[in-house]
Amino acid sequence: MSHETGPGAASPAERIGLSMREAQAPPVPRDAVGWAAKVERLEVDQRSGARGTNVAGRRLTGPVQGFGKMWQKTYRMNLGTAVTPREAIATWKAHFPEFWPPGNRFAGALAGISPGDVALLDLAVGRGVRLSTGVFVLYADEESFTLMTPQGHMFAGWITFSAQRSGPGTVVQAHVLMRGNDPLYEIGLALGGHRKEDLFWVQTLTALGERLGVAGPRVETRSECIDPRRQWRNAGNVWHNAAVRSVLQAAAAPFTARSRRPASSG
Amino acid sequence: MEAPELRMDVRQVGDAVAVVDIKGEVTAACEPTLMAAYEEAERGGARRLVLNFGGLEYMNSGGIGMLVTLLVRANRQHQQLAAYGLSDHYREIFELTRLDEAITIFGDEESALAGAVR
Repeated sequence: MSHETGPGAASPAERIGLSMREAQAPPVPRDAVGWAAKVERLEVDQRSGARGTNVAGRRLTGPVQGFGKMWQKTYRMNLGTAVTPREAIATWKAHFPEFWPPGNRFAGALAGISPGDVALLDLAVGRGVRLSTGVFVLYADEESFTLMTPQGHMFAGWITFSAQRSGPGTVVQAHVLMRGNDPLYEIGLALGGHRKEDLFWVQTLTALGERLGVAGPRVETRSECIDPRRQWRNAGNVWHNAAVRSVLQAAAAPFTARSRRPASSG
Repeated sequence: MEAPELRMDVRQVGDAVAVVDIKGEVTAACEPTLMAAYEEAERGGARRLVLNFGGLEYMNSGGIGMLVTLLVRANRQHQQLAAYGLSDHYREIFELTRLDEAITIFGDEESALAGAVR
């Protein structure tokens, strides 16, 4: 039995009248420009605005590599009719860090959001702790872009930002597919981390809506646990925990700075 | 948003294996189609699902996300997922997203089915 979406039709090659030889050549997929090239481990350049620790040399982690329960979260906002999906995504990509809540820093590439970019993050996680981590731009096109997290990040997974027509208007959304990256983060998420994350994206979308001229932007939040099991085989991810490392790095900073200071003469 | 073109045909191979032939564009909008195919395979008693990506024309990150939700659903039912027919481009995407660590990739249907009955 077959399951189908969209109208049935001739193959794409037949539709555009390619010769047999042209049709047999392996085509470059239309999505190729949107995807980042394959990387084994992340490489980063220093950027002003973020410490940039806990990113270089890390591997990417998707929901398969995470530890905790798997969550699917959606934050949606209706922009009305004044903005097209492409305009909304263009603004979001070009000014991404400006929409983040105060106290959090996103240091991306100067060109904005492009596939393969690595952005450095300094995140306020409470009690004066600033978590230094990063994200990788996995995919970007004119109507969506996706960030994937590295080892040590609070969660293993990806966030897709997209915009689409919904009736006469445009709807933007952030869609998160994630597992807490290790047992410590899983505890933190259960003890208020999820609430903080929800607030973070609601504030981000609200700021985007205000920039796009929406009066009184309202964000709809949906959160669903789609796999309640924890993946204990990944408990060792805690070794890379960027929160623990950030605290240790902050505590050690005065000593490392002193050891780097040149010896005074005389 | 216009629904992308996608067709999924389910073939039962033996008692416990189902092959899903995927043709067209895989995006988040195709979730109902994929889940309908999964449910048909499940009704046939498949313990292992083999995804044939030989007809895949386009896949964005929403499509990869959808495969993860399929994987979770299959794992909860103690079913295994395998894939074949991936072009070099899509194989690299599986490796980049590390989905290849959970969905075993084979070169062709024969080896995918041989892997399925091992």
